[in-house]
Amino acid sequence: MSPLVSVKTETNTYLSKLLKQFASDSQSKNLKELRDRAKSLVESSRLPDKKDEEWQFTDLSELLEQDFQLAPVAEVSTQILEEYALLETRESRIVFVNGYYSPELSNISAIDATVYVGNLKGLDEARQAKIVNHLADEVGNEKLFAALNTSGLEDAAVIWAKANAIATIPIQILHLSAPEESTKFSQPRTIIVAEKSSNLQIVEKYGVAGDEYGKVPYLTNTVTQIWLEENARVNHTRVQKEALSCFHIAKTAVFQERDSHYTGNEISIGSKLYRHNIEVTQKGEQTETNLNGLVTISDKQLADTHSLVSLNLPHGTVNQLHKCIVSDRARAVFNGKILVPQKAQLTNATQLNRNLLLSPKARVNTKPELQITADDVKCAHGATISQLEEDEIFYLRSRGLKETDAKFLLIDAFAAEIIDRISIESLRKRLTQCVACKTVN
Amino acid sequence: MSEVILSVKDLRASIDGKEILKGLNLEIKAGEVHAIMGRNGSGKSTFSKVLAGHPAYEVTGGDILYKGESILEKEPDERANEGIFLAFQYPIEIPGVSNLDFLRVAYNAKRKYHGEEEIDTFDFEDLVEEKLDVVKMNPSFLERSLNQGFSGGEKKRNEILQMALLEPSLSILDETDSGLDIDALRIVAEGVNQLATPENSSIVITHYQRLLNYIEPHFVHVMYDGQIVKTGTKELALELEERGYEFIDELVEVGA
Repeated sequence: MSPLVSVKTETNTYLSKLLKQFASDSQSKNLKELRDRAKSLVESSRLPDKKDEEWQFTDLSELLEQDFQLAPVAEVSTQILEEYALLETRESRIVFVNGYYSPELSNISAIDATVYVGNLKGLDEARQAKIVNHLADEVGNEKLFAALNTSGLEDAAVIWAKANAIATIPIQILHLSAPEESTKFSQPRTIIVAEKSSNLQIVEKYGVAGDEYGKVPYLTNTVTQIWLEENARVNHTRVQKEALSCFHIAKTAVFQERDSHYTGNEISIGSKLYRHNIEVTQKGEQTETNLNGLVTISDKQLADTHSLVSLNLPHGTVNQLHKCIVSDRARAVFNGKILVPQKAQLTNATQLNRNLLLSPKARVNTKPELQITADDVKCAHGATISQLEEDEIFYLRSRGLKETDAKFLLIDAFAAEIIDRISIESLRKRLTQCVACKTVN
Repeated sequence: MSEVILSVKDLRASIDGKEILKGLNLEIKAGEVHAIMGRNGSGKSTFSKVLAGHPAYEVTGGDILYKGESILEKEPDERANEGIFLAFQYPIEIPGVSNLDFLRVAYNAKRKYHGEEEIDTFDFEDLVEEKLDVVKMNPSFLERSLNQGFSGGEKKRNEILQMALLEPSLSILDETDSGLDIDALRIVAEGVNQLATPENSSIVITHYQRLLNYIEPHFVHVMYDGQIVKTGTKELALELEERGYEFIDELVEVGA
């Protein structure tokens, strides 16, 4: 038996062990069909390894060593909620623990009838039927983990804005993991629909409930799908602050109709292994996509962002700025692809990846990538790697700042370019403190 | 007799193993303004950085006494908080930090060092607005990122604004005038003059005599190859301007 075959068998066994844990009887017919399809996709796949180009730098072998059990429904105290809940979303938040909806911790009293905020099970049947068809829509090559998520799909967080609805306050979706003494996995799912000319501001946050189990490995395999109809605007901030024992694998898939604007702010702080596939498809003319990313990692963390933006029609805009602050022996991976085919004339696309390395052992693998076949476009891309400059630190010290404070200030300044793009004040403040305290010790 | 603020004794310093300062002597008393002139590469900027404690330079001999105490073992931030201020030749740009925040952090660092309570944003804004007048700066500068996109003149004015806030006992102005147009030069010089008191002192490092028309020094020193080779009054600067630095070459040769 050749080694290749043995690996394949091993990962297949691994995947089927995960699949077996999903209950098979509790869903509607529509959902069942969807799940069955996803399940057969998973069954015919193998886990990617380092020979797969898209997983070259992100080694999943540690994941394979774990025997994950589906996380049960868990209780979380309101005290823990305080750590994650934002001031601005006190009355506009939904909370999921281990992927299960928690109505007790949720509070949507400030949301009016034009926006549905809740779980999939609570959504009216007409819209449920409509969305279930959509859930099969997935783009790109990274189907496996999304399909694994769909295979176990029972419920999801849903935000649905009706046409012309303008949500004046931000809405928070909080996905908490409540790890136990043994290794668990959970599969949060989020569905966001912004109908024609609606306007949404969303914070999607991932965190861990309590520190006491912070050392037990757990897996969060999450999928978020966002649909923007014509002329809709969605401002979406995604914060990942799981425990350092977490494997966090995520997909954010965005579909944009004409004249829509999507802004995604990705903030990644926690997890030992983080892989985020962002896939945006522009399906109409004059569509705008802004992707901002900030990754702050230390210790032996690995944070990998793979993004793919497909433009398909004229007058599209993409602005992407992805920044990483890497210390200790951590490693950041960035692979950003923007596709500009022949039909996407008059595209305006920029992509920049900036990295700040704080230690000699910190590593970055970056691959900004524009594939352009259209000939009348404005496109630019690049990547930079820098360190804290001695002269910058000296300048600040010569103004009385201690060395640590000078470094803090410079790191904060690097992060501020992304953090300042977040419109929610309390989150901005929290993140500013968080970035600094994490990187300098 | 006035207090001695700075006493530099036979100072030697090197960078990457190369000696730049080769036995420099200087004494400055409270209330005095000293100009240091010299060619590029004579060690003027190195001297300013060594005084401020730049870690890239190694002091290999001699001593620097500030208010009677050696500062060689002190960190750059300690020196700053005890009243040594270096106005940079090339102030650093820091995108992402507002000028106002930076000024407040620096101001509070000093207060904290001296065991005083830090002041809050609002009180600080009042304070800084008073000081803006010293360098005729528009308040909108405070909102911008530190030195980012500032013109040469704006950066230098910003240095003087910091000096006005931090009220140093010893300020070192490293080629603050280089590259400035006459209006900016006048504003910067007037700022420096306004801040002069009988208790503090300054070192004005310059390449050009022109600055000394606006900031009148009590003493002019000429640096050559890491040493002060000649000291005089402001007439020395005029002489230098007229005869060029070749005059110093001759002088050194004669001396040797």
